[in-house]
Amino acid sequence: MSKLYGPCDTPGSTGIAYCEPTLFERSTPGRVGCSLGAPDVPAPAQPPTELRRAADAAWPEVSEVEAMRHFVRLSQYNYNIEDGLYPLGSCTMKYNPKINEDLCRLAGFANAHPADEHQGLLQLIYELQRDLAEIAGMDAVTCQPAAGAHGELTGMLLIRAYHEARGENHRNKVIIPDTAHGTNPASAAICNYQVVPVASNEQGILDPEAVAAACDENLAGIMITNPNTLGLFESNIEQVAKIVHEHGGLVYYDGANLNAIMGITRPGDFGADVLHYNLHKTFSTPHGGGGPGAGPVGVKEHLAPFLPAPIVVRDGDGYKLDNDRPQSIGRMRAWHGNVGVLIRAYAYIREMGAAGLRKASEMAVLNANYIRAALQDLYHLPHPVPCMHEVVFTEKDLPNEIATMDVAKRLMDYGFHPPTVYFPLVVKGALMIEPTETFEPEALDGFINALRKIHAEAQADPDLLHHAPHHAFAKRVDEVYAARNLKLTADME
Amino acid sequence: MNVPQDLRYTKDHEWVKVEGDVAVMGISDYAQDALGDIVFLELPDVGSTFGAGDAIGVVESVKAVSDIYCAVSGEVVETNEALVDAPETVNGDPYVGGWMVKIKMSDPAELDALMDAAAYEKYLAEETE
Repeated sequence: MSKLYGPCDTPGSTGIAYCEPTLFERSTPGRVGCSLGAPDVPAPAQPPTELRRAADAAWPEVSEVEAMRHFVRLSQYNYNIEDGLYPLGSCTMKYNPKINEDLCRLAGFANAHPADEHQGLLQLIYELQRDLAEIAGMDAVTCQPAAGAHGELTGMLLIRAYHEARGENHRNKVIIPDTAHGTNPASAAICNYQVVPVASNEQGILDPEAVAAACDENLAGIMITNPNTLGLFESNIEQVAKIVHEHGGLVYYDGANLNAIMGITRPGDFGADVLHYNLHKTFSTPHGGGGPGAGPVGVKEHLAPFLPAPIVVRDGDGYKLDNDRPQSIGRMRAWHGNVGVLIRAYAYIREMGAAGLRKASEMAVLNANYIRAALQDLYHLPHPVPCMHEVVFTEKDLPNEIATMDVAKRLMDYGFHPPTVYFPLVVKGALMIEPTETFEPEALDGFINALRKIHAEAQADPDLLHHAPHHAFAKRVDEVYAARNLKLTADME
Repeated sequence: MNVPQDLRYTKDHEWVKVEGDVAVMGISDYAQDALGDIVFLELPDVGSTFGAGDAIGVVESVKAVSDIYCAVSGEVVETNEALVDAPETVNGDPYVGGWMVKIKMSDPAELDALMDAAAYEKYLAEETE
């Protein structure tokens, strides 16, 4: 039998788990999922023969019901934020209020054509630009970038444009601390900057002296993630920014962790020249399927002339797109960026208000510290101080050669998504937990109890952990074998 | 950790074995252990030239992707193509079968900047404390 259908012989602990082949494996020649009427307009001219493919594309051929079952079954493999705690550190998997979904589906928004200067939509983008600027203490914002790393690229292009406009093309170095987000070095390198790594100190934060030592006349700037990937606030940030500015460099602030400081402090008030916001983290828009996201970029006045064109500006009582920006780095994204995401984020900010955003940050930090305090007697804490919105434990001191991965896999048996593992790289065997503000105390206690039980199991029955998960759809996956031996199910010719 | 006495080492955990004017390079036992099971390797083209400290290749494990840094300046004269199909060799045999590149040195004096086995062992002790 060439196709696998029906319940697996190794079901999960609850419900029915199906073995689902890929759509390509399900394909049956000639089977179709829709019936189209005969065309009632003349057939369009065909492209020249030499431009056509020799054979038809090998699309899977399935019926509608097969396609439907396929995707529903795949969705059942998934663990999502509506299932429970999703403590993936650095990713900020907070619950996304469903009213945001209703609002972005309003017919006026959903059916708007991007070529129309749709006043309602322009007003929304204008007000979102304004609100984001206020939250981070910046002067101007572009909503074009489609994700965090795209925002980083935009920001670094702005820094490059700024130096070039001042005739300082020789500036080719960007300092990046070892506690920065992993995408920072790539964003700097893609803008043709040389990355200068700087190590954090024993407290897990940056020393102003270390930054000063890395500064010279070729400094273009620094990329700093704050709170950093150890979940610690860079308390020397003001001094670091001052040193960078004294050397003629600019401060790029990776705002991916802005969810820890909303309404409490503002990057623009402690030295940031440019930053990006992750709307899909801080402002509660979905991460689903790797996107779409949105990574708006905020700048201080001196970088505003270089922002991507167009941006939305006031025009009398209305709004318009301003394309007359001669120093702009150019367009970063078609039309207005990922508009649906912008609408959700705007709805979230309006729902929450200033006090609500501050409360969200306070609760995110409180929840992370609740977990820290409840587990630090069992799990090694490399920096035993209060954390911000996420807490990093390590595998050090775990009994019986239990590794971070074993703990993460065993958590699945208790019904939790594993936290981020082996990141940040500055600590060995990191277990990076970010609960977010959107889980009730009972959920946090459940998670804490699971990790405490797992620690007891590690002592009493280590093999239970070494072979976990036992109740998940897929048992322990041999990642090494999988990476070394790819199994291609589609004929890619 | 196995630290052969006859090799020199970089702070990024590459080892160098000198054979006349050619430096044979790989990654140390400590490096392979820290990376975990290696699943993919990218080696430079023969004939390309690198400065000391330049990224010369990539090693990927299930945990992380890391650059391999060139220990000394020079031209790549040979690479260990067998590793591309059997990257696990680096885990099992980092110092012999797991060699990665051979570099014709342009400035052998750069070898003096590398650590000998005793210095590298001390460095590892500090790193892992």
